[in-house]
Amino acid sequence: MATRVGMEVSVAIGEMVRLANADVIAAYPITPQTHIVEHLAKLVANGELDAEYIPVESEHSAMSACLGASAAGARAFTATAGQGLELMHEVLYIASSMQLPVVMTVVNRALSAPLSVWGDHSDAMSCRDTGWIQIFTENGQDVIDNILCAFRIAEDQSVLLPVMVHLDGFHISHVIEPILLPESSDVDSFLPVNKYPLPLDPAKPVAMGDFGPPFIYTEMKWAQEVNLKQSRETIVKVWQEFGNKFERYYHPVECYRSEDAEVLLLTLGSFSETAMTAIDKMRDEGSNVGLLKLRLWRPFPFDEIRQAVAKAGVLIVLDRALSFGGLNGPVCSEIKAALYNEAKRPKIVSFVGGLGGRDITVDDFQEIVNRGIEIAQKGSEHEFEIFGVRE
Amino acid sequence: MHNYTVFVPRLITKKEYFAPGHRACIGCGEALAVRLAGKAMGQNVIVVNATGCIEIIASQFPFTSWQVPWIHTLFENTAAVASGIEAGLKAMIRKGRITDQETKIVAIAGDGGTADIGLQALSGAMERGHDFLYLCFDNEAYMNTGIQRSSATPFGASTTTSPAGKVSIGQVTWKKDMPAIAAAHNIPYVATACPSYPFDLMDKVKKGLAVKGPAYIHILSVCPTGWRCPADLSIRLGRLAVKTGIFPLYEVENGRYKMSLDFPKLLPVTDYMNLQGRFRHLKPDVIAQIQQTVSRKYEELRNKSAACREDKRGS
Repeated sequence: MATRVGMEVSVAIGEMVRLANADVIAAYPITPQTHIVEHLAKLVANGELDAEYIPVESEHSAMSACLGASAAGARAFTATAGQGLELMHEVLYIASSMQLPVVMTVVNRALSAPLSVWGDHSDAMSCRDTGWIQIFTENGQDVIDNILCAFRIAEDQSVLLPVMVHLDGFHISHVIEPILLPESSDVDSFLPVNKYPLPLDPAKPVAMGDFGPPFIYTEMKWAQEVNLKQSRETIVKVWQEFGNKFERYYHPVECYRSEDAEVLLLTLGSFSETAMTAIDKMRDEGSNVGLLKLRLWRPFPFDEIRQAVAKAGVLIVLDRALSFGGLNGPVCSEIKAALYNEAKRPKIVSFVGGLGGRDITVDDFQEIVNRGIEIAQKGSEHEFEIFGVRE
Repeated sequence: MHNYTVFVPRLITKKEYFAPGHRACIGCGEALAVRLAGKAMGQNVIVVNATGCIEIIASQFPFTSWQVPWIHTLFENTAAVASGIEAGLKAMIRKGRITDQETKIVAIAGDGGTADIGLQALSGAMERGHDFLYLCFDNEAYMNTGIQRSSATPFGASTTTSPAGKVSIGQVTWKKDMPAIAAAHNIPYVATACPSYPFDLMDKVKKGLAVKGPAYIHILSVCPTGWRCPADLSIRLGRLAVKTGIFPLYEVENGRYKMSLDFPKLLPVTDYMNLQGRFRHLKPDVIAQIQQTVSRKYEELRNKSAACREDKRGS
């Protein structure tokens, strides 16, 4: 039987990658991802994980090496954060377009300048259109469960897409939590050996990465879009199977006390846990509020969002990233677009907060909800408000 | 270099690994070099191709000239992709997932993809000691995008981004010494080659494949389009580059320099330069400067090679 053990989440991630029996790890150190790759390097050095550890000279090469390993048919893993993810940016599109099922943990970190090693979602949001599957997590158990699911989803023959598992820098990565690591035999029965359909093999030559003239480019992109959209079914199926086996269930949009709620708050990542506490407190005080936690950012769960907000009067969205010059935070913009054509939709209020590692407490969430209700009733001079900003 | 007879070409495989029908310019030295390298490599390779001329001429969907497994992803990451493939195969072989076919990984890129934008990834892969062969097909500028200068463009050459003008001689920097940079990584095998010397080129490719660890071969690839010369001069210009000492053929095996072809007396650089439009604007004083530098560098290389020879005898 698996037992709950207190460990740093970054270490637990390394342990999960060991259990998943990754073949190649290519990584470049960056705060706050370092403890993950350090632990993996140690596991390989001690022979506890039989993998090739490539200590690459940049994140660009980390993702490039993962592409190569994946194209050869190997199970490839990497982890990065903030600037590292930005340096990889160009390579991310290749992994998704060429259907190379790389799994990556992104320890979310704010983007420079000014330099900040602390967490927000500006790095994650910049990858929105890269064609990756993007999953957000709110605690350590979430992270490791979803890393296991990520390999299963990515390598599924009907998907073959790369997956990012996002966790907030420091708020999750450096926390010691009671973690339930699955038994190795359970992992093996849940996650079959990677069988990439057409790997690079001299006995069966393939050409990967031809250039596509205008007569075919549009069709290739359309196929990619259809594939990513359809991956939602597999994602949900894998989460269901995971739940059946491990009794922890994950959904594209997770609802907390939201069934009858007049006012809904929507968060993603580690803030969701604090928000739950705030919701409990407000419920105790008689407010009719609930919480939606967005787990699946890409492909975006339009249907689930529409269903989840169908009965609410007000929806308050808290983004942890700015879309400079845009209407709202990126998540809120997406949600507004999703609901625009609905006959009945809640009033939507946009907040941005928690930038560069600034905490949002239980009391802060109460303030956000109260201010959100006020804006919904009376309006605001701004399209969105940055919570707690000293103007 | 082997003393081949005229019948030796018959010993070369008739099989094409880089098939005809691609879109290279007439007289392309690079396409020829790739074809010859392909014959030397055989079937049991995986080719990793950087963005550039060769990638673009031979891989327009749904066609390919490649008869071996081939992958192209980006411009600057070829060596990194190659290291991932090498590591992936190694891990899967060790874990018994695939059998060891002793497949070789060959990364190919142009001079821009090697000496400029891809230098970091290449340096990383060589330093880490991956077992792969890297072929740089050097046509001395960004030819694919329209003859822009690279760090491998020779001094005095006029390109579209180092144009000769009233106050400029064209390229004002000396060609980056990529083989020396590769050799500085203490890798087991470094060589220069040119398709104008086909057997030498093929021998070196075979040698590069056979060594364990990183191997780097820098191949001068005449580009009639970019060098502004008649297409039928491609082979002759390659020979003249070697015979003038502008592009000496040599190997660096485990740090030991060895001339593949040694000329006690070099032809004047003008024999080579006068045939090309890219040098046409140069005045005698600049040509004299080039001659002086070429002679000095060639002498340095010969001395290095001689010292290694003496060393070997002494040891």
